[in-house]
Amino acid sequence: MHPIYTHHVYPVCIVLPMSIGHTLLGLLESGPRHGYDLKRAFDEKFGHDKPLHYGQVYSTMSRLLKNGLVEVDGVESGEGPERKRYAITDAGVTDVQQWLATPEKPEPYLQSTLYTKVVLALLTRRDAAELLDSQRAAHLRMMRTLTERKRGGDLADQLICDHALFHLEADLRWLELTAARLEKLALEVR
Amino acid sequence: MNRQVPPGEAPLLHAQELRKQYGATTALDGAEFSIRPGEVVAVMGPSGSGKSTLLHCLAGIVTPDSGSLTYDGRQMAAMSDRERSALRRTEFGFVFQFGQLVPELSCVENVALPLRLAGTGRRAAEREANGWLERLEVAELAGKRPGEISGGQGQRVAVARSLVTRPRVLFADEPTGALDSLNGERVMELLTEAARSARAAVVLVTHEARVAAYSDREIVVRDGRSRDMAHAA
Repeated sequence: MHPIYTHHVYPVCIVLPMSIGHTLLGLLESGPRHGYDLKRAFDEKFGHDKPLHYGQVYSTMSRLLKNGLVEVDGVESGEGPERKRYAITDAGVTDVQQWLATPEKPEPYLQSTLYTKVVLALLTRRDAAELLDSQRAAHLRMMRTLTERKRGGDLADQLICDHALFHLEADLRWLELTAARLEKLALEVR
Repeated sequence: MNRQVPPGEAPLLHAQELRKQYGATTALDGAEFSIRPGEVVAVMGPSGSGKSTLLHCLAGIVTPDSGSLTYDGRQMAAMSDRERSALRRTEFGFVFQFGQLVPELSCVENVALPLRLAGTGRRAAEREANGWLERLEVAELAGKRPGEISGGQGQRVAVARSLVTRPRVLFADEPTGALDSLNGERVMELLTEAARSARAAVVLVTHEARVAAYSDREIVVRDGRSRDMAHAA
């Protein structure tokens, strides 16, 4: 699979729109947790392709602490780097509520980059159809991987993969449509 | 993927430089195709690109104007009409978008039909048919007529019927075209699982990427020419 898809498309579709701070806050609503517990819960539920780094957890928690969205519920002495236990505050609960109630901005994920590439290929008299064909093949390879993962996965895996699959499919439809309009586009951009 | 297909295994179906003209329209203009046992190959391309003509040529339904087409090492052009019909009946299976089941027959009779036509006794044919209905998760529909079941269920029955003769090549032309996403996906899962476990090769014509994602590789047909994308960047 092409790294651009594992590193860009999939996380962009799944992980990035999901604010880590809000997610960690939401996980705290069921009760206080240690940083390590939070990371584990996040990775298990949302971090299939991209587990959190400890650093991300601690920097996020100190930001939430500073903003009054969490408080330290207790500090335990013992082994390991982080023994603070965090609890969500009322302000934190309100923040999660607002975040959940606000729709995400619909983003065109890849189109602008692909459009730039197609136009540049046409301008420089390179083979734009070839570019689109290669892109389609790369998309389909990613779709195969996700489809295969769905087969072996539980319902959560299936829903996450479906989300990515529908986005990739939308890209592919755009690729097909663009491929069918290359001659016209060439006349317009040259 | 491609796990079930040992590298270097001889192709089951192999087409080179296929050309087909309908009046002034060029449907195929040097198309190539190759598939090995147990492989699922998607044939993609826009409407009118020639993908259905390619499928019809590969299945021996349409004779190409020129080019070479071999099945299991034998030239299809050298076969008589009778031999080609026998091939379609015994070695090939077909699934289409809709309108495939005989409305007067029950589901189990529909699935048993290819075996009955090949001379298998009713009891044995229906036993085999019931086994396939079970594999396609529609065993409870055995006694129902096609008019009494949903589109998704009907498509599963049609897939069961296409596999009941244990074909070596299954031709599927937009098999999920008339179904919603959930039903379409389940049909694709069951179809590819059943075909792979029987080591049947599947030629899957589709314009839907989510359906093509069930294949091992894809061929793209455009203006009657094909391109194997297995080695594309």
